[in-house]
Amino acid sequence: MSPGLYVHRASPVHATPAGAKMLGLLGAAIVLLLFSSPLVLAAALATTLGLYALARLGPRELAFVLPLSAWVLLPLFVLQGVLSGWDTATRAVLRLAVLVLLAMLVSLTTRASDQLETLQRALRPLARFGASPTRLGLLLALTLRFIPLVATWVHEVREAQRARGLEHHPLAVLVPLLVKTLRTADALAEAIDARCFDAEDPS
Amino acid sequence: MKTRDLVHVALFAALVAALGLLPPLALPIIPVPITAQTLGVMLAGSTLGARKAGLSLLLFHLLVAAGLPLLSGGHGGLAVYPGPTGGFFVGFVPAAFVIGWLTERAWHRLSVPLAFAINVLGGIGVIYAVGIPWLAVSAGLPLTRAAWGSLLFLPGDCVKAAFAASAAVTLKRAWPLIQPPRAAEPPAAPPP
Repeated sequence: MSPGLYVHRASPVHATPAGAKMLGLLGAAIVLLLFSSPLVLAAALATTLGLYALARLGPRELAFVLPLSAWVLLPLFVLQGVLSGWDTATRAVLRLAVLVLLAMLVSLTTRASDQLETLQRALRPLARFGASPTRLGLLLALTLRFIPLVATWVHEVREAQRARGLEHHPLAVLVPLLVKTLRTADALAEAIDARCFDAEDPS
Repeated sequence: MKTRDLVHVALFAALVAALGLLPPLALPIIPVPITAQTLGVMLAGSTLGARKAGLSLLLFHLLVAAGLPLLSGGHGGLAVYPGPTGGFFVGFVPAAFVIGWLTERAWHRLSVPLAFAINVLGGIGVIYAVGIPWLAVSAGLPLTRAAWGSLLFLPGDCVKAAFAASAAVTLKRAWPLIQPPRAAEPPAAPPP
């Protein structure tokens, strides 16, 4: 699965199992929401940056997070500073920055396929309520396959409507796109059934 | 769930993702581009009905959480959730469900104004109801201020609801999928 955010390095952070990292992130988020004294925040920020160093990720990978800080954190900081004081502003924005950095670290050091597998395992207890892992697997595979395809369709439909002078008319694009999607869905379902995939199979 | 339903769920998750990857659809009148995936949420809800639409958006969440950069602007990964806009994203799931549920109930007398009201209620009401408190907690803002800040997106979201509504009504005639809860007439499914 190439289109993820994963950056390969040989490091202990990369080697940590996906589940542990995701649980750790959840824990960190809860702790930081409960305790946001400057001391805790500074320690958390230092730890996070230390983890980045441990994962051998440099400023280049960190730059990934920058657009978010520029578009969201900075205006938020200014808004909050004006509205409720610079002290609160610094604390809230710092907490957000630490959480976003940590979450980004998980995404940068864990393959999307590993995370998906972990999530699937975490969802396994749901099988009791009728969600079978086989079906979930089919769903994920289909969706991943279809994202680029649907994107191509949008392009095609827009090109076709441009030829009619309609490319700025969202409805003229949306309706054919939806019909195309649904028509393909029917053909695909038939093809899957013809190959004897049994959706009701409880296994 | 039939295979066809599974495929619908997967395809609409892909559609929501593809809408985020695209260059925005420019509108002639209003300077707000429709790129955002809330349009996909509304379309899923009013095309698929409650159960399938909700599942479809859950599936989309699973892929984003796993680190695929599928949100508009190439965002993705778990970093989305603690961020200030995480709640709006989480709101996609109940929004699609609510839109689907209301559309199912209104199916026989679905008109553009009614579909618009449904999409506004689900696509704006529900998403903001989850997103604004999340924004307030995540950014440490008072609730009222978070709400005022979100008003910025209201015009664009209304335009999206209008387009989703017209698309839904057109599609109801062209390719009806939703079967109303207590169908008196034979279900209007497309040819097998």
